[in-house]
Amino acid sequence: MKAKIADRIATVVFYIIALLLVLLLAGLLGYILLKGLSHISWHFITSPPESFQAGGGIGPQLFNSLYLLVLTMLISVPLSLGAGIYMAEYAKKNIWTNILRTVIEVLSSLPSIVVGLFGFLFFVISMGWGFSILSGALALTLFNLPLMVRVVEDSIRGVPSSQREAGLALGVSKWETIKHVLLPAALPGIITGIILASGRVFGEAAALIYTAGMSSPNLDFTNWNPFSPTSPLNPLRPAETLAVHIWKVNGEAVIPDVNAVSSGASAVLVLFILVFNVSARWIGKRIYRRMTSS
Amino acid sequence: MSDRVVEWTKMKSARAKSKIWIERRGRMVTLLCVAFMVFVAASILYFVTSKGLSTFVINKASITDFLFGKEWDPGKLDKEGKPVVGALPMIEGSFAVTLFSALICAPFAIGGAVFMTEISPKFGKRILQPVIELLVGIPSVVYGFTGLSLVVPFLRDHFSGSGFGIAAATIVLTVMILPTMMSLSVDAILAVPASLREASLALGATRWQTIYKVVLRTARPGILTAMIFGMARAFGEALAVQMVIGNSAVIPKSLMEPASTLTSILTMGMGNTVMGQVENNALWTLALILLLMSLIFIMIVRILGRRRTFE
Repeated sequence: MKAKIADRIATVVFYIIALLLVLLLAGLLGYILLKGLSHISWHFITSPPESFQAGGGIGPQLFNSLYLLVLTMLISVPLSLGAGIYMAEYAKKNIWTNILRTVIEVLSSLPSIVVGLFGFLFFVISMGWGFSILSGALALTLFNLPLMVRVVEDSIRGVPSSQREAGLALGVSKWETIKHVLLPAALPGIITGIILASGRVFGEAAALIYTAGMSSPNLDFTNWNPFSPTSPLNPLRPAETLAVHIWKVNGEAVIPDVNAVSSGASAVLVLFILVFNVSARWIGKRIYRRMTSS
Repeated sequence: MSDRVVEWTKMKSARAKSKIWIERRGRMVTLLCVAFMVFVAASILYFVTSKGLSTFVINKASITDFLFGKEWDPGKLDKEGKPVVGALPMIEGSFAVTLFSALICAPFAIGGAVFMTEISPKFGKRILQPVIELLVGIPSVVYGFTGLSLVVPFLRDHFSGSGFGIAAATIVLTVMILPTMMSLSVDAILAVPASLREASLALGATRWQTIYKVVLRTARPGILTAMIFGMARAFGEALAVQMVIGNSAVIPKSLMEPASTLTSILTMGMGNTVMGQVENNALWTLALILLLMSLIFIMIVRILGRRRTFE
């Protein structure tokens, strides 16, 4: 009898915990979105920020975030594909692979501020690229790579070994099996992973404040020559991203509408993360369906 | 006739050669990618370590003073001509916020994970899982800003002080590491073989007894790993903490007074110091401590991982 009462009590406690969690999570999301959405307007997301007055927007910051995201992914996707394939298919089970795995884990657990400071030391100062999109994208690559390698490795490992054996049995070489059988089969997982990583990269700030910088020069959105200093595409200009902007306006508090700007920008960030998450699920499922024709 | 045979064998060996070449090239390219990662990790270790040690090597600060000194003013020299770099306030701050938030978070994370896996898997999978995945992805500045606009004013109005301090940082970090801890705990619990649960239930144990005596015990190393990952995230978090902790490099008398962590002082200071000076070197030593702590966290995870087998 005692055991049954204990069971009842425990069940109730678990329900209470779950209820509290749901309230907390829903409250947090609702707070961020409801508070921010009222500040979002077309003017807010397209116009440049003000330095001293109220009414500034986040246009250049939003562009910088997206541009950095694209550059980071262009660098880190091929690298992580290569490294992931090696870890899944070529690495033998020995002490070297074990060390390799530890190295990747250490890299992925480094605090992002440490990655940012390394980027500051190496890209900004030693290489002389200054606070720039290039330095920022490379720092974000370092921060992003270990996670992506893991995603690629897990997706490839998840492919049933019958497919691998079928490829080899047909007399196709190992590399060709990887390229024509394993990679396509692993694609849904890899793409989902890439989109989720994009969300992480999009909101990262600590790795960027000392690499991409905390200022955004006046941009001329009609000038698409990447070598011109006012062009949005110029990789050597400093670029404050949306997340960094939220941090900066709260630290400096020069503009009178700090709260409005940051809650609007926070809501934009969360909306983007929401889009990334939903599309990751949807695209992953869709590709899977198309590839398996089920 | 024989000509054609010769031609055919030539063609075949050429194709075989090109296949071997393709094989080698594929292996080489992927190996290069891995080598790049190792190179990156090694250079981060090298740069941060050499920079971090220069406080002791070039500026002659003593390591014990650094770890246990309570006064942080790297620009000044003490009576013996050594820089005043006592990092204890920051080290204590970092450990305090990490431990407090982990202690508050752990019961909720484990309870939530048990609910999602053992009690109501349908609700867990449909509703809690996507929300948690979304919360893992929410940027830390957003957590920091929410803390600044919600937690700090609340603490200021209902308790003493300005609201900035360890308490505010702990609350923000608790919410921040909750999704991480919970989703990893769910993975650990799901890895417990169903046969163990069935055996326990078949022996007449109630669900609570099964959860408490079988599931949680079997999943313990995995759950501990989840806790460690959550703590690592809290320890390394920079901006969210910096925004709500008040950033004064002293040991606070209460949880409501402004304090600082390694990351917060690092974030604040790096922009105001010049490369190569004592002030800057001292900051790099803080970064070195962060790096060493993340190595320690990984080592603990590895040791726990060795015990993660189900027999």
